[in-house]
Amino acid sequence: MKNGISSWPKALIAVDVLALLGLAFASYMVFVYAPIEAVMGPVQKVFYFHVATGWVGMLGFGAAVVAGIAYLITRKTIWDLVGLGAIEIGLVFMLINIATGSIWARPIWNTWWTWDPRLTTATIMELVYAAYLMLRGGVEDPEKRARFGAIYAIIGFISVPLTFFSIRIYRTIHPLVIGGNDPTADGSFAMTPAMSTTFMVSLIVFTVVYISLLWHRIRLGQLGERVERLRIQHSA
Amino acid sequence: MRNYLRALGAVIWKDLAAEMRSRELLSAMLVFALLVLFIFNFALELNVKDRLSVTSGVLWVTFVFAGTIGLNRSLAIEKDRGCLDGLLLAPVDRTAIYFGKAVANFLFIMVVAAIVLPVYSILYNTNLFAQPGLLLVIVLGAEGYVAVGTLLAAMAVQTRTRDMLLPILLFPVVLPVLVAAVKASSGYLQGLPMAEIQPWINLLLVYDVVFTAISFMVFEYVVEE
Repeated sequence: MKNGISSWPKALIAVDVLALLGLAFASYMVFVYAPIEAVMGPVQKVFYFHVATGWVGMLGFGAAVVAGIAYLITRKTIWDLVGLGAIEIGLVFMLINIATGSIWARPIWNTWWTWDPRLTTATIMELVYAAYLMLRGGVEDPEKRARFGAIYAIIGFISVPLTFFSIRIYRTIHPLVIGGNDPTADGSFAMTPAMSTTFMVSLIVFTVVYISLLWHRIRLGQLGERVERLRIQHSA
Repeated sequence: MRNYLRALGAVIWKDLAAEMRSRELLSAMLVFALLVLFIFNFALELNVKDRLSVTSGVLWVTFVFAGTIGLNRSLAIEKDRGCLDGLLLAPVDRTAIYFGKAVANFLFIMVVAAIVLPVYSILYNTNLFAQPGLLLVIVLGAEGYVAVGTLLAAMAVQTRTRDMLLPILLFPVVLPVLVAAVKASSGYLQGLPMAEIQPWINLLLVYDVVFTAISFMVFEYVVEE
């Protein structure tokens, strides 16, 4: 069909299938292949998807900054669609990350929540990007909406690391499983080879899921724009 | 450069002169700030024992809330009466307009602080001026707050939901300033050694520099038509 955006691209179908199969495979690895951690027991299995969803959240917010800068320079609406889609996905996955973290923290830290730098930063990110969506909701002109969204995505992303450092100056209890061994962290553990394989698979699979979702979201945006154009043409 | 400074001075002077004549912004900020202090007094039972640890928190929440009112109003009057369009038509660098508004807002917060601090000192029988470090923290914190607040307020007043939107946009982004300022202030008030206060001062400095620079870079995109 016209514009090449109406038909479902073959590559996208391939990514979708890969994402679905990957999710099934990763779930199998988490529940069956990966060993049960000696101290924490089965609840440690939350870790694989917990980190992977957090990774996708960060990918989303990171992509939104790049898209924001690209939009301000090129003024192409595609960058606005990328930024919005990336932030929507980031919001959902960061929420999953926080929820799974809470599920793990309840038996291990004996509390659902603590004001640790990572927990606080993840939550403040949710609030920043919820504000982003509210900002967009308050602007009717699409060009201005894209411009404001891009600016706020940049400002928000820069403030997030500062929030992290500001709270990190207090002490942290969050375990650093990858790259760092803080003996004071509660719930640290060393990964066996089977665990790290499962972990890497989860990361890769969730990255594929992210690509698939973002691609769909961009297509949805483009189709929405096209509907808007057709509506204007027909009413004229 | 001289033209830039002249434009900057003109914007600051315009804001101060308008405020001198109407006094609507400062009076609203001040009354609001005092009300927040009173509410805290009853909400937190500020007795002698607890006061030491919460004073800096009370002060900063007061400044932040009063500051939001001021920022909203300061940019809303520009928008409502078409002044912003007039300013944008002027053949000067647009960042001069941003810095002018930011400096004026900074001065307004300083006036509020200059009244709230002695009032607090009298009401609670302490001397907040005994620690000059506290004043430094207020200057640094207010600068970071105003730098990003002026930018976001310029954006918020152009939206449909503007009065609600500014705090929602501003608070999550300005959190590092608040954390660092509260910690540094309470460090000075409790007479902690400088080594414990220094990291917070450094964080405030980093925030101020980063966000002043970013706002300077993106302000033009906020006001373009």
